[in-house]
Amino acid sequence: MSASHITKKLSALLGLLLVPGIALADYKLNLEPGVTAIGSDIYDLHQLVMWICTVAGILVFSVMIYSLINHRKSKGAVAAQFHESATVEVIWTVLPLIVLVAIAVPATKTLLEIEDSTKSDVTIQVTGWQWKWQYNYRDEDLSFFSNLSESSNEARQLGADKSLLAKADNYLLDVDKAIVVPVNKKVRLLITSNDVLHAWWVPAFAVKRDAIPGYINESHFTATKTGIYRGQCAELCGKDHGFMPIVVKVVAQDEYNAWIKDEKAAIAAAAGDSNKTFTQAELMTKGESVYKANCAACHQANGTGGGPFPALVGSPVATTGSIEDHLKLIIAGKGIMPGFGPQLSDADIAAVTTYERNAWGNNTGDTVQPAAAKTAR
Amino acid sequence: MSDAPTGIKRWLFTTNHKDIGTMYLWFAFTMLFVGGAMAMVIRAELFEPGMQVVNPNFFNMMTTLHGLIMVFGAIMPAMVGFANWQVPLMIGAPDMALPRMNNWSFWILPFAATLLVAPMFIGGDFMAGQGPAFGWTFYEPLSGQYDKLAFFIFAVHLLGFSSIMGSINIIATILNMRAPGMTLMKMPLFVWTWLITAFLLIAVMPVLAGAVTMMLTDKYFGTSFFDAAGGGDPVLFQHVFWFFGHPEVYIMILPAFGIVSQIIPTFARKPLFGYASMVYATAAIAFLSFIVWAHHMFTVGMPAAGELYFMYATVMIAVPTAVKVFNWTATMWKGSMTFEVPMLWAISFVFLFTIGGFTGLMLGVVPVDFQYHDTYFVVAHFHYVLVTGALFAIIGGVYYWMPKWTGNMFDIRLAKWHFWVSNISVNILFFPQHFLGLAGMPRRIPDYALQFAEFNQISSIGAFIFGGTQLLFLYIIIKCIKGGDKVSSEVWEDAKGLEWEMPSPAPYHTHVTPPTIK
Repeated sequence: MSASHITKKLSALLGLLLVPGIALADYKLNLEPGVTAIGSDIYDLHQLVMWICTVAGILVFSVMIYSLINHRKSKGAVAAQFHESATVEVIWTVLPLIVLVAIAVPATKTLLEIEDSTKSDVTIQVTGWQWKWQYNYRDEDLSFFSNLSESSNEARQLGADKSLLAKADNYLLDVDKAIVVPVNKKVRLLITSNDVLHAWWVPAFAVKRDAIPGYINESHFTATKTGIYRGQCAELCGKDHGFMPIVVKVVAQDEYNAWIKDEKAAIAAAAGDSNKTFTQAELMTKGESVYKANCAACHQANGTGGGPFPALVGSPVATTGSIEDHLKLIIAGKGIMPGFGPQLSDADIAAVTTYERNAWGNNTGDTVQPAAAKTAR
Repeated sequence: MSDAPTGIKRWLFTTNHKDIGTMYLWFAFTMLFVGGAMAMVIRAELFEPGMQVVNPNFFNMMTTLHGLIMVFGAIMPAMVGFANWQVPLMIGAPDMALPRMNNWSFWILPFAATLLVAPMFIGGDFMAGQGPAFGWTFYEPLSGQYDKLAFFIFAVHLLGFSSIMGSINIIATILNMRAPGMTLMKMPLFVWTWLITAFLLIAVMPVLAGAVTMMLTDKYFGTSFFDAAGGGDPVLFQHVFWFFGHPEVYIMILPAFGIVSQIIPTFARKPLFGYASMVYATAAIAFLSFIVWAHHMFTVGMPAAGELYFMYATVMIAVPTAVKVFNWTATMWKGSMTFEVPMLWAISFVFLFTIGGFTGLMLGVVPVDFQYHDTYFVVAHFHYVLVTGALFAIIGGVYYWMPKWTGNMFDIRLAKWHFWVSNISVNILFFPQHFLGLAGMPRRIPDYALQFAEFNQISSIGAFIFGGTQLLFLYIIIKCIKGGDKVSSEVWEDAKGLEWEMPSPAPYHTHVTPPTIK
């Protein structure tokens, strides 16, 4: 019987002990090997160390339990008075040392594989932002942001209707735009941050690496199976740390090529938007989705703010103040608010400004065009 | 002491090690409930998916303050409280070497704790979470974004003053005030562990002070120690923090080892096995604690050689720790054991701390740490060593010495209830968190994906029971102080040590003339 079989049986037994009558399928107990060779090595190493610990624990605990049962005063045990033994003490110092070496050898081998990011096929720069990920395909001139999906974002608001949880697809583990990588190709990640620490983690690839401002960290994975893999930010990065998931689609090479082509075509189409003039209705629709993805986390979907985040409803900036100042605030940021200039297109900034000046009863009637955003930069 | 002040003045101006020890212990107990209440908020929010109780920022503030208060407010002061009460009694000294400083090192603490939590109440909106919300490790640059950072920094400075003065006092007492004949290698193990702990504190608290001072100048005086945009280094913060932080975990656990090493021999009616090797193992752990700090930061992107070194050094700690567990086991072996309440807690400590030790070994293996790091597996690990480790030893120590302090036996029936309910619920609370971590749940998140719901719910149920049970502990203590069966000076059958030669309750002044050591 392999170690994993034993684990499953033990896990099942333990699950039954804990909560009888509930389907075990909901109780995931252990690491998974994932879909990379390194992930599988890490899984084996985890099993090895865990079983060494389990066996050592059973041995020590058995001796203790035997002693607790037999060497008790109520059973008439008389205390022996020995209190040292050089031989025994040397043996139980050396034994753990040998076990440690047995762990260290495979651990070293796996670590050296993990640290080898050379000979990669695709390079993606990953930048952490409060609270979203930016992906930049270095060889393709393709860059985009990946936010928590809208359905999850609605369901995770304090006091939101409970039925939204079930409706949200992959609650908290879904994004508006996933990254796509080819199967069986070595993908190198260059991980950094724009503000505070984050960590990019996808368990199925066994990749977890901190995103640090001023540093570029390297990691890599070679997924051997197509599919959708999900992960989360693993380093506390402030208020919405729990709400910046990662979704990676692993696809066949030709599908990947087609995706790259489509994305580039979409970028070319969007580039024209900076010079366009939109109707107010168009700007409001676009502005609402930009607002929800970028602003609602702090200023709230209804613009009322909360705590350190000011309300936009009736705020001077979004009503009586000049459009130019409003645009500049969004582009450059202020205090704990990051500048959205690098993240949003001229059309997005114009749309969200229009939205903020007209939504929730702000009704200024202003229409802000992309050209104004371009000037304000 | 007919001329001793009474009422509030007795406690404000006291230089008596017993009074000060009592105040430390009550302070720690109060903080245990404050930090515990915060843990209840955390577990209530995590009881089911979705956000029901508090907003994410408030949640982060709860995890931050829970950690800081439990480490600096509950565990450390409780250990200092034990040192104050027990070290002079156990080495045959009339008091601590520096009694006035002793008073001051205690009285700094309530002010430090106030500074720490005060920002919560500033500004109108309590539920927005105005307190520190950047994790107890206060990593830069996140902590630098906090607008009331100065409160936090000065609180840490004050805590540092208190710890350093307390440590100087303990070292001075142990090295200078032992009764004639009490050679170093005759000292009770609790005294030894505190001597080593005090040196650790003096070595690392200034490092912590350095870290927060650099934060202060970064935030308010335009320096860039940790700001990459100004040529600084955010990773430097983590190196400095963990150079303090890793010895800090041993500061919390070494005195716990000491307490357990007092309790087990008493109820096994057999001398501690391998006394000398216990002393050496404690010293070895203390030394190793200075050279393994970066194992808390394997994912920051160190060179492979650095990761290998920190992995090898870290797993080495398993050796002296294993020696300790073997020694406790060998002490019980062929003893004549009885299972009074302190012994129950000590045995539970050995079992459950060992589980925390094993997961610590697992976390030290770098490649697998990449999967465990910053998940609930880590949360489970450090709660096994700090709750069922340090806290259980403290509770055991209270039951062990409280009859000496008060002259009364506690309510044994209730104390056994306290033990069993605590032990069952604490495992319901923390054991499932191993599974959550392995299944991929990150720590410090206020809400989670639906597949984590079941184990979170089980864990929360355990938390509510465990938290509630500690109110019973409070009741048992108050009841014992107010009265109970009178105990002899020995308290426990055939207990060995100078403290058991003093009358119970221990008089206000003890060892006024030095005892003779056989």
